[in-house]
Amino acid sequence: MSDEKKPLKKVLIIVAKGTIEDVYAGLVMANGAVMEGIETKLFFTFFGLDAITKKKMNSLHTATVGNPSMTMPGGIPFPTWLGGIPGVEAAVSSMMRKQMEELDIPPVDEFLEMITAGGGEIYACKLAVDMFKLKKEDLIDDLNGIITVGEMYELAAGDQSQIIFT
Amino acid sequence: MAEKTYAGVTINVDEEGYMTDSSQWTKEVAAEIAKEEGIDELTDTHYAVLEFIRQKVSEGATLTIRAIGKSGHTDIKGFYKLFPGAPLKKATKIAGVPKPSSCV
Repeated sequence: MSDEKKPLKKVLIIVAKGTIEDVYAGLVMANGAVMEGIETKLFFTFFGLDAITKKKMNSLHTATVGNPSMTMPGGIPFPTWLGGIPGVEAAVSSMMRKQMEELDIPPVDEFLEMITAGGGEIYACKLAVDMFKLKKEDLIDDLNGIITVGEMYELAAGDQSQIIFT
Repeated sequence: MAEKTYAGVTINVDEEGYMTDSSQWTKEVAAEIAKEEGIDELTDTHYAVLEFIRQKVSEGATLTIRAIGKSGHTDIKGFYKLFPGAPLKKATKIAGVPKPSSCV
């Protein structure tokens, strides 16, 4: 066994869910990788496609029903029935976005621009794009391609490369 | 604490090479650290960004590449070009401030 350090050279991050927290987990990791000089690819599939769909990307939501981690301000448990009242999910989601803005975490469109400005690449899953009947025009202009699963694995090929699924 | 000599001056640095006393910083010191980081020559834009970083840090602000992109000196794409590879880590090292603790 050699003690030689082998820093990560490439990372492929797969975002398959469209809630604020799932999308941001992927974006923060991707941007962090770009900032470290790691070759970075993002692959969006299923509801994760919302994050690169122009009309939806800046109004992502979090689930207020069926989310056991949800608490009210002050740490009181968030009752499930409350989450079902019209407008509550939108209000909670908007509050979450506001809190992130205060930490200098940008909206989704700007975050993607930061990632591509640093050389990160963004791909959409062909199967999911077909399934949701999306067109190329519906997705961000900075898209590197709509690709198959096989092509996705080709992107991740190489030494010191990792795939992260959020 | 480690010491290094840049431009004929002895500078205090931590184990990763970040300056621990920001007041020891000069443009000449910056130019030598930059060479170690693979940047042969610092342009006026480099120095403008370095001054911006030094000012932000002295104000106690958390440094992000987003803030640098909005500094008016360069955009994010330009920042990656100025300090290739890991821009925020490199730029802070050359600016003589501590390693950034932000995630964005």
